[in-house]
Amino acid sequence: MLDDLIDESIAAETRSEIEEHLRGCEHCVVTLNTTRKTIEIYRSHSLYELPNGLRERLHKAIMERCKKGC
Amino acid sequence: MATIQPIAENEQHPDVALVERARGGDVSAYDELVRKYDRQIFRIAQHITQNREDAEDVMQDAFLKAYEKLDQFQGNSKFYTWLVRIAVNESLMRLRRRRTGKMVSIDEDVETEEGSVPRDLADWAPDPEQNYTQSELNRILRKTIQGLPQGFRVVFVLRDVEGLSTEETAETLGLSIPAVKSRLLRARLQLRERLSRYFKRKKVGEK
Repeated sequence: MLDDLIDESIAAETRSEIEEHLRGCEHCVVTLNTTRKTIEIYRSHSLYELPNGLRERLHKAIMERCKKGC
Repeated sequence: MATIQPIAENEQHPDVALVERARGGDVSAYDELVRKYDRQIFRIAQHITQNREDAEDVMQDAFLKAYEKLDQFQGNSKFYTWLVRIAVNESLMRLRRRRTGKMVSIDEDVETEEGSVPRDLADWAPDPEQNYTQSELNRILRKTIQGLPQGFRVVFVLRDVEGLSTEETAETLGLSIPAVKSRLLRARLQLRERLSRYFKRKKVGEK
């Protein structure tokens, strides 16, 4: 249930029941909000940038491969 | 209103035309696909191999292999999903080689129960990432995600970071949909728990 709630892929009637519960349950609210925040932080920070020159190296390798027939 | 649906169904993904052109020998079309996805493929490879050199090799090999196999691409799945599957397999092969033949699979270490029940329920500070410099934050995020079991990490990366759907993630990794959902939830909760160390709201008087 928690994952559906995080992804907001929950049916409308279940949603209102849950929202009712959430109003009285700090435990759930904190879990839900901080888990959503976790996803958002990982989504918005690119941890590994493409190294310089890698794209060019790949292009060369593809062209090299192409000489044998594209 | 009823007219919207059929148009959407017939709409072709822009990659389809690029793949067609590349198949016909147009290298610039393939270059365009490379530029579109090379960052994602590199990140996925780096998350799985945890090694920059390996990730560079994987990215190169995956795109070359995809290029050679373009004729086998059926178009049942998206080009991106197909490419990710090749990159995941290349990454796992590379890990296997590094561990001199020891089996490596995405099922590794998933038995841990940590994170199934949230323990540390302190709320986080508002915009907690602002308490760190960009490089500190990147170090924290890298260290935290590296600590996840491989089988959880790869599901989280594909689904939450790179934006594949649950179905695409399952297809790419050869897992069932319930398995993807369960691993994703546990990955999210474990990450949340581990990040709480850095992001939780300080109590009054606490250093």
